[in-house]
Amino acid sequence: MPAPDAAVLSKKPALVARLRKVLPAQAVIDDPAETRAYECDALTAYRCPPLCAVLPSSTEEVAAVLRICHEMGVPVVPRGAGTSLAGGALPTADCVILGVARMNAVLETDYANRFIRVQTGRTNLSVSGAVEADGFFYAPDPSSQLACAIAGNIAMNSGGAHCLKYGVTTNNLLGVTMVTMEGEVIELGGAHLDAAGLDLLGLVCGSEGQLGVVTEATLRILAKPEGARPVLIGYDSLEVAGQCVSDIIEAGVLPVAIEFMDRPCIRATDAFSGAGYPDCEALLIVEVEGSGAEIAEQLEIITAIARRHDPVELRESGSAEESARIWLGRKSAFGAMGQINDYMCLDGTIPVTELPRVLGRIGELSREYGLDVANVFHAGDGNMHPLILFNANQEGQLELCEALGAEILKLCVEVGGCLTGEHGVGIEKRDLMGHQYRPADLEAQMRVKDVFDGKWLLNPAKVFPLEVSASRRAGGLAPRVA
Amino acid sequence: MMRPGTETELAELLRAARAPLAVRGGGTRGVPLAGEVLETGGLSGVRLYEPGALTLVMGAGTPLAEVEALLAEKGQRLAFEPMDHRALLGTGGEPTIGGVVAANVSGPRRVQVGACRDHLLGVRFVSGAGEVVSNGGRVMKNVTGYDLVKLLAGSWGTLGVLTEVSLKVLARPQAEATLVRAGQGVAQAVTDMCRAMGTPYDVSGAGWAGGQTRLRVEGLAGSVAYRAGALNTALGGGWDVVEGAESAALWQALRDVSPFAGQPGAVWKLSVKPTEAPGLLERLSGAGVDHEALLDWSGGLIWLRVPEEGDAGAAAIRAECATRGGHATLIRAGEALRAQVPMFQPRPAPIARLEAGLRAKFDPRGLLNPGLMEGA
Repeated sequence: MPAPDAAVLSKKPALVARLRKVLPAQAVIDDPAETRAYECDALTAYRCPPLCAVLPSSTEEVAAVLRICHEMGVPVVPRGAGTSLAGGALPTADCVILGVARMNAVLETDYANRFIRVQTGRTNLSVSGAVEADGFFYAPDPSSQLACAIAGNIAMNSGGAHCLKYGVTTNNLLGVTMVTMEGEVIELGGAHLDAAGLDLLGLVCGSEGQLGVVTEATLRILAKPEGARPVLIGYDSLEVAGQCVSDIIEAGVLPVAIEFMDRPCIRATDAFSGAGYPDCEALLIVEVEGSGAEIAEQLEIITAIARRHDPVELRESGSAEESARIWLGRKSAFGAMGQINDYMCLDGTIPVTELPRVLGRIGELSREYGLDVANVFHAGDGNMHPLILFNANQEGQLELCEALGAEILKLCVEVGGCLTGEHGVGIEKRDLMGHQYRPADLEAQMRVKDVFDGKWLLNPAKVFPLEVSASRRAGGLAPRVA
Repeated sequence: MMRPGTETELAELLRAARAPLAVRGGGTRGVPLAGEVLETGGLSGVRLYEPGALTLVMGAGTPLAEVEALLAEKGQRLAFEPMDHRALLGTGGEPTIGGVVAANVSGPRRVQVGACRDHLLGVRFVSGAGEVVSNGGRVMKNVTGYDLVKLLAGSWGTLGVLTEVSLKVLARPQAEATLVRAGQGVAQAVTDMCRAMGTPYDVSGAGWAGGQTRLRVEGLAGSVAYRAGALNTALGGGWDVVEGAESAALWQALRDVSPFAGQPGAVWKLSVKPTEAPGLLERLSGAGVDHEALLDWSGGLIWLRVPEEGDAGAAAIRAECATRGGHATLIRAGEALRAQVPMFQPRPAPIARLEAGLRAKFDPRGLLNPGLMEGA
């Protein structure tokens, strides 16, 4: 991270005094013992306590805080639940952490028009929780959904396991109330569809808290399907499993999820969870939804395709209990890996058709670097989550692991994919951006930030390589790109 | 007219340009623009089609008909169902995929699968300053950097000229069926459409035209039969079912607003919260705005044909939309009406400022479609 600005550090007493005038006393945290609670997010390898943290409880309070910080030239790092795996909420020593966790109310539910309006500190799962008794749900389901906040989901345009059918956050977000860095409250979108002018809502979603602080969101809710059932398919070749995924997609059935695990992951999770997975090269979990008859109709097509590829195991769930068993290992995959080792979770996306080639190359890189890699990912949409196993207590291993991670992500870009499918760039992939985008591409993105946050105070040291954003962060004029 | 054959040529042309340009694909939407025409038809051709990955990458000037024919060969389609404006507007030309994207054109299925912008995976464009910019890619999950893909969709050529677009495609379903019920008023139609959208039966179209309410289900044959039956029961029974080509024809007519084609008057497109539609139409009648209405998107999209007199109801229509949260676009109008009524709903000042700021960054000399979509 860039060195903190001494001038900003020296303003701390004045800043805290002004913040206390617009917020209740307990909503301004400046005691160094307490600000440590905000020193990192889920990318725990990097830590830095902020100058102070504020926990406003209304859009008006957020606006008041931002007006003060804007006027005093103090950087602000917005924070949802702090579950970012990319360091999206990592503070700098000279920043104010603006946490929206206290703003978690449901403001409106409307089943006729199929939306819910919430404050963005609300957790993802509790949005579904608020409507499930009436037969509805909110579709994006990142695996951290019990803890992660809608604010962060919007900042990172979060996905989940069921994107193949339901899309990611941006496809389910209808509107937001947002406070700009200057403290102006604006409404983008709403319960109606499409923008009257430019699609600023689409631009804000996924902008990693760099364009504004989103305090309220209007989200699409959907009627819950009548039922869902998975089938588990095992293969002794990664290539064949990859081909099976392509064939299922091409056949025109649209499963809600196609999950893929390779042998290292199967072994680890099975030992941990006792899910009873076959010991094979590749495992697919394909889930379909609908009434009993509809599920049967879809599974017939899927299992026929699977059989053509000669599986070592094909297990159709016949009951809720069997479904839970099939999902058990997949859902405990990250926990299982955490028991064995420290791990780093990558998030690149590749074209589905490149799966076999990329998995083969990851295997080679794993041997070159001498670090094990387990693969578990959303195969239907090509979003990979290679887990690199390493020992954080051994000197040099974190660096080695990061270097291998960078190689794998570059590989994703080379085959036509991208650096991050759902976690976001944050600080983690910031310095790799040049592999995906040319200078003019990055310049175009930074110009958007120039418009929304001319002083570059909102989450400034994220997303763009530091040297690329340096002059803007320093308050200088944007360089011209030829 | 300028018609660059490559992206490089387009970039040179834009760098050298000194006067406003009217950017267009096939010119089928009859948008009134000043300046020399810059046509994208030369940037044509499919670059990559992977049916197994559900992705299609092509030059922005590729004719829509060519795209749809290619997808049909593999049993796939553009799920967002883009409309064909030609009959409604009395225009000629060939719609291009870039034009569809630039105007974020989506049809009846938008209510289930999302808009054109939700299926757009990547873009390449040349900014007004002549810089070639790429954003997004050809994979379905991509959060690498800002989503300029969404920004460019529906930007009507005001930020840059699209050169290449990459889209997510989906399988064409085995079967489709439409539940129809004649003689329904707008209030009952919206109530039924909203109820239908709230069932688990995956309704992929909910519209109302000529007093007939229509609800569509698509998918595997057995599933379609089951859901059509279950939906009929959920709505209290008494709906007729049409299938196959007959069903498809109903939706194509609604998609292209066929009932208004060849009929006189200005045509508005309103986007509101579905349950606002009946009240809004009643208020317009009360305010003396004569109209004929069609509904799509469960009532969230109102097509309105009004006499082309005075402001063609603009003041009343836009005020109703603004009050209720929504917007109205003037889709069809003669020159005199265009001269006094902007095509797009004015935005509140802070939003208009942000939009103007973005335009100034991407098109600093104001060359691209100046005047279009401006405004507070």
